[in-house]
Amino acid sequence: MSYEFLQILWFILIAVLWIGFHFLEGFDFGVGMLLPFLGKTDIERRAIINSIGSVWDGNEVWLLTAGGATFAAFPHWYATMFSGFYLALFLLLVGLILRGISFEYRSKDAAPAWRNRFDWMIAIGSFLAALLLGTAFANLAKGLPIGADMNLVAPSWLPNNLGVTLTLLNPYGLLGGLTTVAVFLLHGANFLVLKLEGSLHTRAVDFSKKLWIAASVLYVLLGIWTYVAKFWANGKINPGIVPLTAVVMILLTGYFINKKMEGWAFISTALNIVLTQATFFLMTFPNVMLSTLNPEWSLTVYNASSSQYTLTVMSVVALIFVPIVLAYQGWTYYMFRKRISTDKKTLVY
Amino acid sequence: MDVITLSRIQFGVTTAFHFLFVPLTLGLVWFVAIMQTLYYRTGQERYRRMSKFWGKLFLVNFGMGVATGIVQEFQFGMNWSGYSRFVGDVFGALLAIETMMAFFLESVFIGIWIFGEGRVPKRVHLLSIWMAAVGSLLSSVWILLANGWMQHPVGHIINPLTGRAELVDFLALVTNPKGWLLFWHALSAGFATSAFLLLGVSAWYILRKQELDVFKPSFTMGAIAGVIASFSLLMTGHTQGQEMRLYQPMKLAAVEAIWETEQPASFSLLTIGDLSGKREVWSIRIPYLMSFLACNNFSCEVKGVHDLQAEYEARFGPGDYIPLMVFTYWSFRAMVGISFLLLAASAFGLWVAMRGWPVRLTKWLRWMPYTIPMPFAAGIAGWLTTEMGRQPWVVQGLLTTAQAISPNLTILDVSISLVGFTLVYSALAVVMVTLMWRFARQGTEAALSKSVDVAEAVPLGSLVGAQD
Repeated sequence: MSYEFLQILWFILIAVLWIGFHFLEGFDFGVGMLLPFLGKTDIERRAIINSIGSVWDGNEVWLLTAGGATFAAFPHWYATMFSGFYLALFLLLVGLILRGISFEYRSKDAAPAWRNRFDWMIAIGSFLAALLLGTAFANLAKGLPIGADMNLVAPSWLPNNLGVTLTLLNPYGLLGGLTTVAVFLLHGANFLVLKLEGSLHTRAVDFSKKLWIAASVLYVLLGIWTYVAKFWANGKINPGIVPLTAVVMILLTGYFINKKMEGWAFISTALNIVLTQATFFLMTFPNVMLSTLNPEWSLTVYNASSSQYTLTVMSVVALIFVPIVLAYQGWTYYMFRKRISTDKKTLVY
Repeated sequence: MDVITLSRIQFGVTTAFHFLFVPLTLGLVWFVAIMQTLYYRTGQERYRRMSKFWGKLFLVNFGMGVATGIVQEFQFGMNWSGYSRFVGDVFGALLAIETMMAFFLESVFIGIWIFGEGRVPKRVHLLSIWMAAVGSLLSSVWILLANGWMQHPVGHIINPLTGRAELVDFLALVTNPKGWLLFWHALSAGFATSAFLLLGVSAWYILRKQELDVFKPSFTMGAIAGVIASFSLLMTGHTQGQEMRLYQPMKLAAVEAIWETEQPASFSLLTIGDLSGKREVWSIRIPYLMSFLACNNFSCEVKGVHDLQAEYEARFGPGDYIPLMVFTYWSFRAMVGISFLLLAASAFGLWVAMRGWPVRLTKWLRWMPYTIPMPFAAGIAGWLTTEMGRQPWVVQGLLTTAQAISPNLTILDVSISLVGFTLVYSALAVVMVTLMWRFARQGTEAALSKSVDVAEAVPLGSLVGAQD
């Protein structure tokens, strides 16, 4: 296999990992953010947490795998992005830590105050993660101040990473973050509509209807901005119909919710998320991190990758293990496909 | 303090904290799997309670391991981008294989194990804990091969065009003897840590004569595993010392406080250094012993710090190639000292169980709970020894820690994250220890359910006298 083929293959694989991560953790984060608002009583909150209880940890591994695969296949991409987004990633990590621990510990003590505190940590941790991921990806699409040495440089009047972190919070970046929060909330609500029963189910439908408006407005805004600012023309591929289909999907969600086509509503937000991520990767290729200072300084699949030998070894490993992982992870979703009731005996967390 | 020092402290704090949970996960999961298999085979209620009780403690610990593990994967790129660019082809590949082979297996099957009881067939539920155990084992293999490469780099070349390490021999990388030694050592540490949790907690119940049908067998399992694991710890540690003489002589010299090259070499029983941590003031030494420990004979040469410094300067240019000996020397002694203590304590425990629990011996078991923290302390001391002993290198002989740092970080950045991680981790540690302490003393009845029901909101006054 030629070197270039392998570099593109790994770009696609990493894109698939990020797409998978956003699709799966998208509803996890949405469910987490909805938890204190949707669940009125302790047992309701437990039912909500149990709806993702058996899968959230496995879903989060997609993020770890995306990180690990980037480290192995594109060391410069990993190094530049992770050091450049230092403080943002620090906050993301704090969010993920608090959220993960809270799932495990919230129902291990009887005190209502203890539980309430962990519930809010789940919500805030999920919110932080969604906001930061969205902001980061919007900025990646827009381009970042990457210097000749492949490191991010911030405005000279601010300490380096603090400066980068603050420049991440530009209007486009923030819009990306808020849109991600809104879409994940909607995706989470649609997931809960499928997983819950009774009055919780009714409430989840109501939330889904309201969230659909916010998510659609923000999403269309983000789409228009991306189009007008020509961020789609940064790379060599015109994403064309892919982002258009994503817009159609989020708009269709509202129709499906109102027609009580619950499965389709979930599929349409899922497709919106998948196609949005796909748009990002199409738009950016062959760049992996675009420099706004000088296009020559951009990181590409060619100058950021590891050696041909490493890519070959990694391809063999991925070819064997990715199908196995997909098989058993898919199998768990099948096993735990039943709706979650508010019957104490059936709840674990 | 500069960015490098702060980043090193942060890496040390986050890694040491993560490694408080890793060994318990690595070892305890096998005990739980065996207990559940015993229940599956015999159908005896006590084995069900046994696997539930230890399984609950396992999960409280596992959650912390998962949460703190994400930081580990991110901070190579965050604080050590120079390192990440240099080693991505080799170290990054091992890390990526770990996520694909081990993390998914571990997390997906733990999910099935926690949620599957009563919903999936009993066989599948039993299988899931074994799969999680295999996942944790594979995880340790790959991460320790990665660390092994940092101690003893093999299977790579340095590309003269890019200045990066590039993999050329995957087989050499996965058969790196240093990596496998580290693996056996860490696995032994995992089993020792878990064994002493079993021993300590079981002893507490045995002395109170509560649920003896559960805790006597648990104690015996812990004692057998404790003896084997602490013996294996000492042996694999000893082998590492011998191999260090060949691959990392400076680390060996720093660990044993050998200042001048000696043949035959004497062993430092006690060395007092000056405040720089790099110079000796006074010591007691046993002649010939170091040669014996390092090469199994009484005559081999063991190189000293001063000669090695001169040798490295000639090879790598001017610089300080001596680790902070006050840390390496004392943390090594703490680790080895505790390991001998663990061997003695578990052997005593086994003897008590084999003699049929005579009262005059059993009463001594009241000291057993105090051994629970010891393997944790030894584990941290071990990592301090091996990681600080490699300094100033981050990859032995190839890349220094100073070259590894992210050049764009400022003191403010790292201060924010260091303080943040320390605060979050401290709070979590308090919560986790509180839960472990409570569950360990609640008996097996409470462990039959993984969660408790929420307390009814009752007026404060009525709570008085409700607690025992």
